[in-house]
Amino acid sequence: MTEESIRLEVARYRPGQDEEPVLVPYEVPLRPDWAVLDGLAYVKDRLDGTLSFRWSCRMGICGSCGMTVNGEPRLTCGTFLTEYGTGPVRVEPLKGFPVIRDLVVDIEDFLAKLSSVRPWLVREGEEPPLTTEYAQTPAQLDAYKQYSMCVNCMLCYSACPVYVLDPDFLGPAAIALAQRYNLDSRDMDDRFDVLGHEDAVWGCTFVGECTNACPKHVDPAEAIQRYKLTAALRSVLPWSRR
Amino acid sequence: MTGAYVPRRDRLWFTRSRRYALFVLRELTSVFVAWAVAYLLLMIAALAGGGYDGFVALARQPWMIAVNGVALAATGFHALTFLNLAPKATVVRLDGWRVPAWMIQGGNHSAWLLVSAILAYVVLRSP
Amino acid sequence: MRRRAEAYLWLLFSGGGVVAALLLPVLVLLFGVLMPVGVLDWPSAARLTALLDPVAVRAAVVAAVALCLFHAAHRIRHTAEELFGLARFDPVIAVVCYGAALGGSVIAAGVLW
Repeated sequence: MTEESIRLEVARYRPGQDEEPVLVPYEVPLRPDWAVLDGLAYVKDRLDGTLSFRWSCRMGICGSCGMTVNGEPRLTCGTFLTEYGTGPVRVEPLKGFPVIRDLVVDIEDFLAKLSSVRPWLVREGEEPPLTTEYAQTPAQLDAYKQYSMCVNCMLCYSACPVYVLDPDFLGPAAIALAQRYNLDSRDMDDRFDVLGHEDAVWGCTFVGECTNACPKHVDPAEAIQRYKLTAALRSVLPWSRR
Repeated sequence: MTGAYVPRRDRLWFTRSRRYALFVLRELTSVFVAWAVAYLLLMIAALAGGGYDGFVALARQPWMIAVNGVALAATGFHALTFLNLAPKATVVRLDGWRVPAWMIQGGNHSAWLLVSAILAYVVLRSP
Repeated sequence: MRRRAEAYLWLLFSGGGVVAALLLPVLVLLFGVLMPVGVLDWPSAARLTALLDPVAVRAAVVAAVALCLFHAAHRIRHTAEELFGLARFDPVIAVVCYGAALGGSVIAAGVLW
């Protein structure tokens, strides 16, 4: 019995060899339980060992395997080949990032943006013992929990036309991460110096695609709009300024 | 980074997905918001300057009716999208319970209908 | 300074968006479509003038005009930059857009007084 197959069109970019990415077709088995990532692993194991791509957990937690699948930013471990009927399935690197090789993009800029928002609990004026506990009520946890679900997969950056057009934009995940701490009852910062900037929340024109692309339902668009209101009130009302 | 490929700017990015195109349409409604304000100001100026009949004649031109038909669609689309997006910026919590988006949107659209009805009544009622 | 300005511009944009959403569709429907095609009769000039006579009404009209125009200016500024890749000309585009909105508001005040 011959197994059904589906065609993957994979963007290959080999520095020094290719001027720009070229689509290379590969036939891979079409199995109901196979995600796009399984198809890529099949290519690497059986057809062309030189194909490069990032992956780790295969279960939507590590955030490594984000790619552009048929034009949409997707986690390839959670995107099944059967979604695309008889194919072909076009697999390209995430839009908006420099391509290092094949499907591997440069994430340095993204990592720098994440750390620029001080993604930790900022406390002022105390030196408590390391054993100190900061209890939270369920409501206090609820206030930020949604924003803590981010897996840093960068799909929201790739979906955001503002970021793709202008890489100086701080971007959805970093602002959502900042809000994860701003809305935490244990945190004492509001990160206004980083967020209330024309390349941060004021650069966003609320396309809303970050939220559509997010595989973890973080809703970065909401995080940004909420901070716009916070920042606007802080700028306008003198008593809310620190 | 040596040898990394940096994609060129995609000039037609807004044609790449239906949702990008809808976003750009939403933003372009602002042109007709400005137009609608200009048109209404033109009417007020005509009232003040005694040229009201001339304004009515201009408003009855087929091309002007066509422009205003588009302006009606655009301002309507603006109203729908703008009132729908409002709950994103304002998270309302009552006693720990987050008011769901559809309630805020429903309230916004009810206010829209109410204001529209009042305005129409004020303009149209016989003196 | 710049970030303070962005905050005020965003508030004007948002307020203007709400005002435009609530007021404009019905006004365009009445004065731009239904009256011109003859479904409804035009109100008399005297009646409209009387409607606009109270100072509070005139002030409200000028405020609504200003908010709607700043809303439009803000969106046109960003959309022009996104559609045509003009972000590096932002200072010029911003001055033109918000300047036009300010000019329109001044004209509205002039017409009503």
